[in-house]
Amino acid sequence: MAQFRIPGPLRRLSEGEVTVDVEAEDLASAIDALDARYPGFRDRLLDEKGDLRQFVNVYLNDEDVRLGSGLQARVGAKDEISIVPAVAGGS
Amino acid sequence: MPKVVGLRCRECGTEYPLQATHVCEMCFGPLDAVYDLDALKKTVSRKRIEDGPKSMWRYRDLLPIEDSVNVVTLGEGFTPLVKADRLGAELGLRNLYLKNDSMNPTNSFKDRVVSVAISWARAHGFETIACASTGNLANAVATYAARAGLECFVFIPVDLEPAKVASISVFDPNVVAVRGNYDDVNRLCSQLIESTPWAFCNINIRPFYAEGSKTLTFETVEQLGWKLPDEIIIPIASGCQFVRHRQAVRELIEFGLVRGDRVPAFTGAQALGCAPVYNAFHSDTPDRVLPVKPDTIARSIAIGNPSDGVYVNRIARDTGGVVEAVTEDEIVDAMRLLARTEGIFTETAGGVTIGVLARLARAGRWNGDEVVVAYVTGHGLKTAEVLATANGHARRVEIEPTMKSFREQVNF
Repeated sequence: MAQFRIPGPLRRLSEGEVTVDVEAEDLASAIDALDARYPGFRDRLLDEKGDLRQFVNVYLNDEDVRLGSGLQARVGAKDEISIVPAVAGGS
Repeated sequence: MPKVVGLRCRECGTEYPLQATHVCEMCFGPLDAVYDLDALKKTVSRKRIEDGPKSMWRYRDLLPIEDSVNVVTLGEGFTPLVKADRLGAELGLRNLYLKNDSMNPTNSFKDRVVSVAISWARAHGFETIACASTGNLANAVATYAARAGLECFVFIPVDLEPAKVASISVFDPNVVAVRGNYDDVNRLCSQLIESTPWAFCNINIRPFYAEGSKTLTFETVEQLGWKLPDEIIIPIASGCQFVRHRQAVRELIEFGLVRGDRVPAFTGAQALGCAPVYNAFHSDTPDRVLPVKPDTIARSIAIGNPSDGVYVNRIARDTGGVVEAVTEDEIVDAMRLLARTEGIFTETAGGVTIGVLARLARAGRWNGDEVVVAYVTGHGLKTAEVLATANGHARRVEIEPTMKSFREQVNF
């Protein structure tokens, strides 16, 4: 099982859960599984084209998935998927 | 009556009460401070500003700090706007100005945002101030936390330049050196805000922090005799200040502080070694800024995943500006050019700004009469080591302490 880490602003969707375990082969199917369990996640994370939304960063074991294979990134058992709001920073 | 009435999402417009939060729960968009504009319009005037202190706090009416709050200040802002005739002559610009923000208390632009952020945080009961930083912000946060008597945690990349580490550490903050780059530090801190009761200047209290940036543009326009320039060149890291400068011009017009509604062109400057905004600007999809792994000497602006990048591209495009980028050699050349022609020693980020200015000027962007302002945002001593290692100094000689040696070695 891979594990999502849910940020504060989205925990209302996950009924307060900080982590959610999912069975999946890649990031896209992991998000599908998360949305199946807690409906609404897909809309919050993906835009109408099915791409990651602009203000959402997703890290697979601390690597920004946009620097790698994006939603096609392979997800293995024990992998950690962190959802982090993008708005921060300013050297 | 409070002048700041709440927070509003820049994307979907959802409103929130005043609190330490920075993202919209609905769409993850950024939150901005919302002012009671009608009340402010009755108070704000040129005279009221000109009668104010010789610091950025002369624009207090337009900052998110209520009148009753005792601000944390070291006299930041109201830095010199210098007419750059010698640099202008090299670049064919007859009305070139430099806003020298390296003259701030900690020698960078960051004092503006931090003075606002820490004033807000202290007034709202926070006891610990924190930040994720490439150095300049950490320096300002450590300084102003000491001034305010607050606990301080600064998170920096482990390989930060030695001069920056020293000028942070002297204020005795808790320094957390993170084994990773700035984007890693930023991600860690974005996750930490949920488990600490701290005010992270550039994260959870970002809507207030960001507002401090506006004063740089307010001052520039006041120092130009309440006239808007034709173009402003601004370095791009997260893009946060770029967005605020656009907002500052909007407010100057809205409050009747300047005449007319001709908006300056806003032009962004990046180092090619970390140019995610520039890459997107020149692609088919400027609204998708893809992250990069930074590799540049301009470390203070090396943000590979810039949160406000898409806004930068929209503003540059809508105002007739561009986003340009320069090589590592151009950065160092520009630092030397600025020092040689104007007597201003800027850090690598300033080299990026002046490098972009030079590149655009030489490419014929201007006819020469436009009023162009470049924001020089940090002092050269912060990154002095790049000059020690980069192509030496051609005019240095070493001699014996004798007249003979001097005559033999020195041409004059």
